[in-house]
Amino acid sequence: MPIPRHATSITLGVLTLTGLSACDGRGTAHGTTIGVTATETGCQVARTELPAGTHTFAVTNKGDKITEFYVYDKDGAIKGEVENIAPGVTRKLPVELAAGEYQGACKPGQKGDGIRVKLTVTGTSRALTTDPKLKAAVDTYRTYVSREADDLLARTTEFAAAVKARDVAKAKALYPVARTHWERIEPVAESFGDLDPAIDARENDLEAGQEWTGYHRIEKDLWTTGDVSADGPVADKLVADVTELAARAKSVSLSPVQLANGAKELLDEVATGKITGEEDRYSHTDLWDFAANLEGAMVAVDALRAGLAARNGALVAELDTRFAAVQSALDRHRVGNGWKSYPELSTAEVKELSDLINGLAEPISKVGAAVAAQK
Amino acid sequence: MTSGISRRRMLAIGGAGVAGATAAGVAGAWGRGAIDDRSAAPDTRGAVAFFGQHQAGITTPAQDRLHFVAFDVTTERRADLVDLLREWTRAAARLTAGRDAGPVGAVAGPPEAPPDDTGEALDLPPSGLTLTVGFGPSLFRDASGRDRFGIAERRPAALADLPPFPRDALDPAISGGDLCVQACAHDPQVAVHAIRNLARLGFGAVSLRWSQLGFGRTSSTSRSQATPRNLFGFKDGTANLKAEDGAALRAHLWVQPGDGPDWMTGGTYLVTRKIRMTIETWDRTSLAEQEAVIGRAKGSGAPLGRRGEFDPVDLAATGAEGEPVMPEDAHVRLAHPDTNGGARLLRRGYNFVDGSDGLGRLDAGLFFMAYQRDPRRQFVPIQARLARNDALNEYVRHVSSGLFACPPGVRTRDDFWGRRLLGE
Repeated sequence: MPIPRHATSITLGVLTLTGLSACDGRGTAHGTTIGVTATETGCQVARTELPAGTHTFAVTNKGDKITEFYVYDKDGAIKGEVENIAPGVTRKLPVELAAGEYQGACKPGQKGDGIRVKLTVTGTSRALTTDPKLKAAVDTYRTYVSREADDLLARTTEFAAAVKARDVAKAKALYPVARTHWERIEPVAESFGDLDPAIDARENDLEAGQEWTGYHRIEKDLWTTGDVSADGPVADKLVADVTELAARAKSVSLSPVQLANGAKELLDEVATGKITGEEDRYSHTDLWDFAANLEGAMVAVDALRAGLAARNGALVAELDTRFAAVQSALDRHRVGNGWKSYPELSTAEVKELSDLINGLAEPISKVGAAVAAQK
Repeated sequence: MTSGISRRRMLAIGGAGVAGATAAGVAGAWGRGAIDDRSAAPDTRGAVAFFGQHQAGITTPAQDRLHFVAFDVTTERRADLVDLLREWTRAAARLTAGRDAGPVGAVAGPPEAPPDDTGEALDLPPSGLTLTVGFGPSLFRDASGRDRFGIAERRPAALADLPPFPRDALDPAISGGDLCVQACAHDPQVAVHAIRNLARLGFGAVSLRWSQLGFGRTSSTSRSQATPRNLFGFKDGTANLKAEDGAALRAHLWVQPGDGPDWMTGGTYLVTRKIRMTIETWDRTSLAEQEAVIGRAKGSGAPLGRRGEFDPVDLAATGAEGEPVMPEDAHVRLAHPDTNGGARLLRRGYNFVDGSDGLGRLDAGLFFMAYQRDPRRQFVPIQARLARNDALNEYVRHVSSGLFACPPGVRTRDDFWGRRLLGE
């Protein structure tokens, strides 16, 4: 979980869509952020009359209890939610709102109907999803996230069962398979700041005294001592956390620019964690994660293809070439249905992959701005 | 004509407060220390006074180049350690004045003997060289708990081992050390020359543990200096403690009487952290996000929401729609004194590029150095907060760590580094 920032960075791109970017160079980042101050008894929303478009609610918990914030439409359907906001913490919720009546709700103690605030949205959204090509992109990608979230939960449940049955060989075989589904949708998965460390922390990510849970804790036991007899509770907690994550991932709201930024972040994941062999330091299954990150990025870009082609055809052609180059280099390390153990790669082979990822990540970093250009 | 003379001649050309050096000879170098001009910005060629109440190289306007080294003490005898520190002090006084490391010089000795200076700084001016020494926790008690030199009870409480921080990726081979020497100069060859000669003097008593070269200072330590940029392209050290901040230096930098053992009064504590930057992923990040991560405008260096670089950071400011102007996880917010109970540091870091990492990327980053009165109340809580929440964590990794007690300055020619610690 090297990137605790996705929640924020995902919101960044969104705001450029509304055309409110200011001239000081950072209005793009926070121009439509709406402060919400949640206490035990209050839910102050800085602005309740909003133009249609994407808004980011920055919810600061100034009470003593953990709180959460929801936006409901007039039929009571959830448009967006952010949970587990600890006292003193601010968390952000980007929501795209069309004209209509809504309600914001702070829920101190995470219980009940909460303290409701009426929100009125007027005007016409200039959201990019009015471009049918980009709307289709978001729909396609959401279907993908939903399917991967289901598979993540199913494979993780099998993995946990093997751990609890102390079937080390089976657990080792299932470990990279379950993680594949995590890594494919990692920017979405990581955007839940409270669940990500519980699921994906590595030992040195923790503070002194903080309990270590999740995949990598079990990984260490599987590959170092082979003794998982004490890991039953860890496995149970992993399944519980993944269950919650999968449910949230399926309801997350996404914009076209978030897809683009997510693809870039997946390649950053490869560059910082997988290329160096740090991610799976005991199992050495880094290439599984590498391939999954790459596929996730490819799916996101592919979903955007039609919209992107209409805006910058040359970029699409370059991305295709670069993706193919990485994929073909990676494919040489396939073994059966999986991948070579990372230390089996020579220094030259690792360098080749690193260079190809850098070559791909540069053009991918331009997709967000290209998509955000109004057509 | 000896080499020593030719360096001295250059020194005279360098000017600034060192007039008469050409005629003064070896002994004369010891006398000039009374002039403490280190808080004035020197030209880049002249000398910085070695003697004084505090060690030079701390509030001295940060020079452009760094060579930092940590040593393990290999001798078991306290007398050897005392001899080494005495010899280093003498050599440092000569070197910082732009002279050869030994009394004879690089080319003036007998042809049968190796010279007592290595020679690569012949013809170079003093170049603002400063040499600053510190003592690590392991000097007081080694890894196995032994009090090798009978000084364990003199270890200051403030020299407590740093706790592990989240996301630390420390390499023990380039961390810690019993002694450190910081050499700063405007000419890299002068800094390396100084370290090389001190290391040579130390053979048999100390062994070089790790070494770091730095180019490009990343902090200003004086209002006479412009704020430089780090490898993220941002101005760094704008809000640093500076030489001109007298009261703040007493409050945050220099160990005061009663803080701990007397031998540290007038000294300060140094924390070093080698911070690898993943500049390649940073460079692919949008300008808006870069600025939100740091909390400053990239061009002007102004805190977000303000106009000028030195405008005060306003952590409470909210925008028209109630959002915090300075993001909650911005580096500037989390490192700011207002977020940390008023704690401040005198930062004196340098950029580094240690070649490439074998994966087609530069092995680049920031060699962070910060001086302070008590790390337990300054660096430790600040870093704990940053390690937990800093948006910058996505792009940095701490790979080495060091902690050293830097004793007060050497005041007279009979004095030496650590005399009050090791007794006489």
